[in-house]
Formats: sequence, structure tokens, C-alpha cells
Amino acid sequence: MPRTELKEKFIEFLLKASAFISIFTTIGILYVLLSESTDFFKEVSIVEFLTDKQWTPLFTEKHYGILPLLSGTLLTSFIAVLIAVPIGLSIAVYLNEYSPKKIRKILKPTLEVLAAIPTVVYGYFALMVVTPFLQLFIPSLSGFNALSPGIVMGIMIIPLVASLSEDALYAIPYSLREASYGMGATKLQTVFRVLIPSASSGIIVSIILAISRAFGETMIVAIAAGQQPNFTFNPLVPIETITTYIVQVSLGDVVQGSIEYKTIYAAGIALFVLTFILNNISYYIRKKYQKYQL
Amino acid sequence: MISNSVKINRFKDRIFKWYGLLSTTIGVVILFVFLYTIIKEGWDRLNWQFFTSLPSRRPSSAGILVPLLGTFWIMILTTIIAVPIGVAAAIYLEEYGKKDKFASFIEVNIANLAGVPSIIYGLLALEIFVRIMGLGRSLLSGAFTLSLLILPIVIVSTREALKSVPKTIREASYALGATKWKTIWNAVLPSAAGGILTGVILAISRAIGETAPLVVIGAMLYITTIPTHPLDDFSVLPIQIYNWLSRPQKGFIENATAAIIVLLAITFILNGIAIYLRNKWQNKVKW
Amino acid sequence: MQSKISAKEVNVYYGSNHVIKHVSLDIFSNEVVAFIGPSGCGKSTFLRLLNRMNDFIESFRMEGQIFIDNEDIYDKKINVEELRKKVGMVFQKPNPFPKSIYENVVYGLRIQGIKNKKQLDEVVERTLKQVGIWEEVKDKLNQSALALSGGQQQRVCIARTLAVEPSVVLMDEPTSALDPISTATIEELIYHLKKDYTIVIVTHNMQQAGRVSDRTAFFYMGELVEFSDTKELFTNPKVDLTQKYITGRFG
Ligand SMILES: Nc1ncnc2c1ncn2[C@@H]1O[C@H](COP(=O)(O)OP(=O)(O)OP(=O)(O)O)[C@@H](O)[C@H]1O
Ligand SMILES: [Mg+2]
Repeated sequence: MPRTELKEKFIEFLLKASAFISIFTTIGILYVLLSESTDFFKEVSIVEFLTDKQWTPLFTEKHYGILPLLSGTLLTSFIAVLIAVPIGLSIAVYLNEYSPKKIRKILKPTLEVLAAIPTVVYGYFALMVVTPFLQLFIPSLSGFNALSPGIVMGIMIIPLVASLSEDALYAIPYSLREASYGMGATKLQTVFRVLIPSASSGIIVSIILAISRAFGETMIVAIAAGQQPNFTFNPLVPIETITTYIVQVSLGDVVQGSIEYKTIYAAGIALFVLTFILNNISYYIRKKYQKYQL
Repeated sequence: MISNSVKINRFKDRIFKWYGLLSTTIGVVILFVFLYTIIKEGWDRLNWQFFTSLPSRRPSSAGILVPLLGTFWIMILTTIIAVPIGVAAAIYLEEYGKKDKFASFIEVNIANLAGVPSIIYGLLALEIFVRIMGLGRSLLSGAFTLSLLILPIVIVSTREALKSVPKTIREASYALGATKWKTIWNAVLPSAAGGILTGVILAISRAIGETAPLVVIGAMLYITTIPTHPLDDFSVLPIQIYNWLSRPQKGFIENATAAIIVLLAITFILNGIAIYLRNKWQNKVKW
Repeated sequence: MQSKISAKEVNVYYGSNHVIKHVSLDIFSNEVVAFIGPSGCGKSTFLRLLNRMNDFIESFRMEGQIFIDNEDIYDKKINVEELRKKVGMVFQKPNPFPKSIYENVVYGLRIQGIKNKKQLDEVVERTLKQVGIWEEVKDKLNQSALALSGGQQQRVCIARTLAVEPSVVLMDEPTSALDPISTATIEELIYHLKKDYTIVIVTHNMQQAGRVSDRTAFFYMGELVEFSDTKELFTNPKVDLTQKYITGRFG
């Protein structure tokens, strides 16, 4: 008898230890980012980091201003969200409220396929398909630019927005739709006056997660945006994002412990802070919203 | 007798319906345009030589043998590492620590990790696995990195699967005098196996498509030897694709396209299996 | 007398399930008609035919004709939204929108594009008075309707229905989710509404049918078994089945 009890306790311990790994991961991330970037900030002041408009750690005349990378990240993400949110939300509304079941059955899995495609493949499309296509209409578009990877990133994020918004719409009780139709409202009026307001927190969550996802996207921009840290919001010229910079340094022969090496951790912590804030906002909205639902 | 505003509203409604259908089809159309381009550009390159050759400076004699084997290695190692830990953690959270503070803390933490950009995992791994643990740029480093990355996915999907197992199954087992773990092992896990498997396959499919964290830990080397040991240097398909894409010669772009076909084939096969299992499992298990 | 609602040989199918069988009936202006019958006999289905709420069910199919004010409401030319404005509906469970009380009541007017604040204010006051909760809620019109009690919510829902000035009001077990006091106020309300509206109410509560309705229709397995004066039907039913049902000796 005590033997089985011992065994049960031991197994529970193993399971709990596995659950602990996620905590270690978080601690690990924080530790690594903080310790390496503390070293960085010993050599570069935070003020310079946040206000200098140039980022040239790999040149002889070094500048360490995160603004160009930040503008690149914001610009591509903005374009992506501009594509992903309206289309994703429309898809959610269409699939939930309008489409016949048969069409839904075909279209939904196809969208899931879109979500399963590796990002490096999307990068290829941005570089080889979308940029040349856009150049037909915008002759001044550089071969590397923010527009094309932004659009492709948006396409990649569509399934995320669509599926989260769809869950939110799906959770609205049918009785509210009945009440609205019963008063002579059309579907469209029901969608905009009842469903979207009622699902607003879920939809906001989907938008925040889309932004966070766009901030962290790496390969599409690394392949198609040009890796040039320009402090600009012009979508037609080459830019560099925080993530791409990390890739760029990782590809070169940067000596460990050098200031160049530490810059990727400084860039990393900027990215981490941005996404961490967004993820937490969305997490708490979702928690609150679940309670409200029941 | 129909009032004007009703007419206008009906018209708007119809417009929106078409707009919605258009939005939804756009995704599908884009998907087909993409697939068509790739197959058109890369299909001819897919010959025996391409699958069996080592890297080369000449595009026409280069092949994907090394990255393809690397991808398979990574797939296996990541499964071995991430699945037991992820499933165990999910069992703990779902069956043991349900209500306590610690469990809800871990839950917030996992939700957070799921949203951390993959490249950050690369920065973590570069420091911990590559340098501190001294695993270097090996397959094992790569597998550990990707395991951490997909752990949240495995945990969340396993929890979903466990949640869908009805209470009655647990009660029936307890009523027969089984211990908690025996109940989980013999009654709960078998009932949840289909759902767990689906989630695991999707997570692995995500792992083999990842590029960024592996670039950070330094997997993009010019490797001319086949990996035979977990501590060997490695490359994987997405890395090879990125590498070829960043070269100017046309031949390499064609190679990249062909490699994309292979990578997509593996991804789609895995997703297909997962969807098949999910449907089969959902149809069979109607509580 | 001219009938307000007239159903002719109506059949309804859900897929292959035949749920309304050859039903013909006439309902006159300003009367209250109750539908009674065992669960699943098709009362709700028939009620929802009258403002075409069944159209949303994919497997729904219907034969026959239904006229309201001499218009065939299943005619292709009919505008469904217009019909639903004329034929309002109150549901079993109170279903206010997650909006303020005020916005709930004016919803139907807003979707018609009415923006005039004075007009909206007037409608809110009039309808909330009609349903008898103006005094209770007049100071908190901007608070969420979800914060009200079930009985209050149901009355706001009725006010919402009345705000678009329908001529027919359909009620599907409007009090089944409410306590006896709220039920009594709503029954009273139905009694008052009668002078302006034609009301069709589904109920499982025989006493309620007796209290509020002028005539009662008894449905059984999709068929209209008996339809007559309420007093008559409860005291002196013509059909044996009705007798058995109202006395609770069933099956
Ligand atoms: N959406 C639907 N799809 C398919 N069948 C349905 C649907 N709604 C109702 N039915 C079927 O139609 C029949 C009549 O249902 P209805 O809801 O009209 O009954 P009812 O008399 O209102 O019952 P209750 O008193 O329980 O509300 C039932 O057999 C029911 O199973
Ligand atoms: Mg009913």
C-alpha cells in the first residue's frame, strides 16, 4: 500500500516538474535578455537607444538608435494589420452569418491551410510574386520594400483574425439574433448593431494578437524588406525591422561578448517588451470576457 | 408599400454578402496562385539528383539531402523532447493542480509564452543551449529550441483533449478502485489520445517550418556532411530555402522553389493527417 | 368579419420530418389567441411561420398559404423585414441586447434610420409606460438592460417590440422563465394590449390560456385538433383528445 502511494506521489512530482519547465523558460528568457542587454546599456545610454535616429552598429561610425528598427517594425505591422483585420473580420462574419453550411465546410479548412504554410514560404511570395506584381502599378517601388512583406504578412495573419473573431461571434447566443431579425433588421444591421458590439472584446483580442504576431514576424521581412535600417514610414523603400536585425547579425561572424553581439539582445528586449504588453492585454480582456459570457 | 429605408438596407445587405464571399475567397484564390507559381517554377527541378546531392556552389549540382535529413532529425528529436513534457504538464494542470494558485500562474505564463516571437526563443537558446550547455550548433540544440517553442501549443491542445473526456469515465475507473494515476493512464489518456495526437502533429508541423530561431542559433552553415548523430551540425529545409533565396543567381532561386515544394508537401501531409485524425476522432467519440 | 391572419392548408417539414399537418385557421383583429398542446406538437413552429422566423432554419420547407391583412406573406414579392416590423415577436427567454435600456427600446427605430432624439424619447416613454415599468426604470435608462430582473427584462423586450408599432404581436411562452408576480403583470399587460393589437400567445399554462385569451387552439402532433372560444374549449371541448389533454389524462 505505501508503495503504490509512493509511486503516485512520485508521478505527481514528475508531472509538476514538467509544468515547471514553462516557468523556467520564462525566467530563462528574462534572464538572458536582461543580462546581455544590461551589458549593452553600460556602453550605450538608454536615452541614445531610444532617441537616436540611426542604427549602424555594424559600421565604423556606430549609432545605436532603435527608432529606425522600430519604425520598420511598426510600418510593416501596420500594413499587415490593415490587410488582416478587415478581411479576417469579414470572413468571420461571412462564415458565421451568411455562408451556407456547404461553402463553410470547404472554405474553413482552406483557410487553415493558409495558416499552416511556413513563413519562409511567405517570404518567397513577397519577394518573387508580390513585389514584381506591385511594381507593375508602382514603378517607384524598390525591389526590397515594406509594402510587399507587409501585405503578405497580412495575408498570413488573416486566418488568426478570422478564427478568433469567429469564435467570438459564435459565442453570441442565437436569441439575440432572433430578437434583431424579429424586429425587421437585415443580417447586415444585425451584424453591425448587435453581433459586432456584443463580440467586441473577442474581436479586440484578435486584433491585438494580430499586431503582436506582426511585430514578431521575422522571415517574411528578412527576405523581402531589404535589411536597411531607414527611419522612415515610406512603404516603398527598403527598411529593417527589429527581428530582421537579429537575423542579420546572427548570419554574420559577430564575436560573442562584443557590443555588436549585445545589440541583438537589446533589440530582442525591445521586441519582447512590445509583444509582452500586447499579449497580456489580450489575455486579461479574454479572461474578463469569459466571465461576462457566463 | 415597401419603405425606402428597407429597400436600401436590403441592397446593402446583398452587397455585403457578396463582399463577404469575396473576402473569404480571396484567401483561397491567393493560396492557389501561390501554389501554382511554386509548382510552375520549381517542379522541373525536382529530380533524383536534387534529393540526393550535398550543397554546392553550382546551383545545378546542389541538392537538399543534408537539410532534408536535418528536418527529419529535428522532427524526431523534437517529438521525443516536447511531447512527454508537454503532455505531462497538461495532465498536471488539468487533472492535479486544477484550482490552486500555482496552476493558474502557470496558465498565464503559458499563454504568455505562446505569444513570444519565435526569434526570442532563438536568443534564449543561443545563450543557454549553444553556449552554457555547450551543445554548439547541433541538432540537439535545434531540437531543444523548437521544443520550447512548441511546448505551449502541445500543452494547450492536450488540455483541450483532456477536458473533453467526460467525468463519467473517470468516475467509472475510480469506482473500480483505481488510483488517480491508474485512472489517468488507463482510462483518461486512451480516450483523449486522438485529440492529443492531433495537437502534437500540428505542433510538429509548426516546428519543422520554423526558420528564425534556428538562424539565430547558427544553423545556417555550409554543411557537406550528412548528420548522423544528435550532436552533429545541421541545416533544415527552411534554412536552406532562405539561404538560396538570398543568393542572386537564378539557379538558386529555382532550387529554393523546388525545396519549398518539398517543405510544403511535408507540412501538408502532417496537417492532412491531423485533420483526418480530428474528424475521425470527433465522429467516433460522441459523448 | 374580416380575418387579420388566415392560414390555408399549411404544411411544414424539417427535412423529412412533417411537423405541421394541413393546418387552416383564421385569427381576427384585436383578439388574443392562445396555442396550447403537448411539447413538440408544433406550436412554436406555427407561431414562427407568421413572421417567417423559420426561414433561418436550413431544413425548413413549407406548403400552403398564410395571409396577413390579405397579403400572402410567403409570396416572393413580400419584403420579409417589412413583414417583421408589422408582426412583432416576444420570445420565451428575455433576450435584451447587451446595450442600455434606452437603446434596447429604440433598436427597431434606429434600424429604420430614425435619428430624431425627441421622437425616440417619446417612443421610449410611451412604450415603457405601456408595459408598466416606466416608473421603475425612468432614472436608469442609460444602464445596461442586462442588469434588470428577468421580469423587467421581458417587459423591456415587449416595449422594444411595441416601439416599431406592429399590428400583430407573437408571444412564445413569454412568461415561462418568470416568477408568478412578473407573470401576473405580463398577463395584465396582454389584456391591455388587446385593444390595439392582435396577439397570438403560446403557453403551456392552461390557466394562463384561460385568463388571457379569447379563443384557444389545441395542437397535437402537428395537427390543429380544436380551435374555439376559450371558455367553450375548456368547459365543453368537442373533441375527445382535447378533453383528455385539458384534464391532464393523457396517453
Ligand atoms: N430547428 C429545427 N430543426 C428541425 N426540427 C425542428 C426544429 N425546431 C423544431 N423541430 C421539430 O419540430 C417539431 C415541432 O417543434 P416545436 O418547437 O414547434 O414544438 P412546440 O410545440 O413549440 O414544443 P414546446 O412546447 O416544447 O416548445 C418537433 O418535433 C421538433 O423536434
Ligand atoms: Mg415551443
